[in-house]
Amino acid sequence: MKNCEYQQIDPRALSVSPLSAQNPAEKKVQRPRRKWEAFPGKNRFFCDGRLILARQNGVLPLTLGLIVVTSGLFFAFDCPFLVEHLTVCIPVIGGVLFLFVVASLLRTSFTDPGILPRATADEAADIERQIDTSGSSTYRPPPRTKEILINQQVVKLKYCFTCKMFRPPRTSHCSLCDNCVERFDHHCPWVGNCVGKRNYRYFYSFIISLSFLTSFIFACVITHITLRSQAKKGIVQAVQESPASVVELVICFFSIWSILGLSGFHTYLVASNLTTNEDIKGSWSGKRGAEESGNPYTYSNIITNCCATLCGPMPPSLIDRRGFLPPDEAIPAAAASEMELPPFTPKSDANMEENCQEFSLSCTA
Amino acid sequence: MAETHSLQDMRQQAAVAAKVFIQRDYSNGTMCQFQTKFPSELETKIDKQQFEETIRTLNNLYAEAEKLGSQSFIEGCLACLTAYTVFLCMETHYEKVLKKIAKYIQEQNDKIYAPRGLLLTDPIERGLRVIEITIYEDRSFSR
Repeated sequence: MKNCEYQQIDPRALSVSPLSAQNPAEKKVQRPRRKWEAFPGKNRFFCDGRLILARQNGVLPLTLGLIVVTSGLFFAFDCPFLVEHLTVCIPVIGGVLFLFVVASLLRTSFTDPGILPRATADEAADIERQIDTSGSSTYRPPPRTKEILINQQVVKLKYCFTCKMFRPPRTSHCSLCDNCVERFDHHCPWVGNCVGKRNYRYFYSFIISLSFLTSFIFACVITHITLRSQAKKGIVQAVQESPASVVELVICFFSIWSILGLSGFHTYLVASNLTTNEDIKGSWSGKRGAEESGNPYTYSNIITNCCATLCGPMPPSLIDRRGFLPPDEAIPAAAASEMELPPFTPKSDANMEENCQEFSLSCTA
Repeated sequence: MAETHSLQDMRQQAAVAAKVFIQRDYSNGTMCQFQTKFPSELETKIDKQQFEETIRTLNNLYAEAEKLGSQSFIEGCLACLTAYTVFLCMETHYEKVLKKIAKYIQEQNDKIYAPRGLLLTDPIERGLRVIEITIYEDRSFSR
């Protein structure tokens, strides 16, 4: 290895970049790229990497729109009447609930749910070496699993072909976002993001506060129409005077069933320290096999489970969106891709299968 | 010349001979803990006790970060009441411990691992999946 031609950079001097001596072709100054710009998953980033969202977020504007429109109509048409006839607390409570709902929703949507960064090339090679499946006669390599013991219970860890690593327990790969997410709950289209370890508490507070908000608006609108129809001696006239209330009634009526149901379901999940993914797959219940398989992650105490899920320590984001890419990776992608296979393309599985097929055909020919 | 070698010098001058990955230990659940098993590639490089001591200290630090205690509970409740805006001005307990861990790793590298031609990578740079130990080619500059 040739001796370094450049001196160690003295941060106080910071004059000419010493790399220009080595790469005369790279004359143009490249602004340092941040890691989010080279992120391999299907996500969108805003505010220079501070906010993250799934690429398919079509329904988030609808969710926000419904909430804002319903609340807006409530404040504009029902509140004046109710303040006059009842109390001024009503818009205050409504306002607080509305702000809490919107804050939770935005927090859920724009927070990194617990994405695991993909394995580096060295790590992937190390894992492959350890697995070393020899003598496999089928075309498709068998799904790689590893069994480990968690709290005296056998749990299978699956190998993720896209991220090139064994998934930690409770981690699942979201195909819509093309990322492995820790403590994966589900991908929520209403929120436009996956719900995982880091944003589950925001999601939970969103649905709880939304149930309160919709119930509150529903109750207030019913009260409003009742009072008005009593005063005017007719429900039809009351409705004619305040048509917005009917719109709100309809929206709230249909939302309440689903939102209250969802809140109840997630309260059950929180209390038993389960994820939607595990519950749907029946990982820890249902099949009465040879031995009792309970949830190995539960603390067997509802309060502790709730505290652990909702008030536990806030784990950091593992993907370091705003860090800078090291200069050798920031070289134009064209040059880099010629030097080595880009390991993280989604087509790698198909390539691998084709390669295996070709290899086996060539062996037998 | 000083005995302590700067890591940058080593990275620029030495070639990477091998990398060892210490995997996560999930026997107690999803808490961040690393396996303390001594890898065979390091047998000639470092004392087993010292290695296990490093890993054990790291495990304790991560356990402290993820502890379900009154402090994390209060932090969680406060955050919920302020609609999570408090994190804009305050650092979480976990982040504070991560800084401690980074300092500890730097210290271990400077004192113990760099003189033996090894380098510990902070697991947070690898998504808390592995502790990467880079083994540099044995050059005579360390003698």
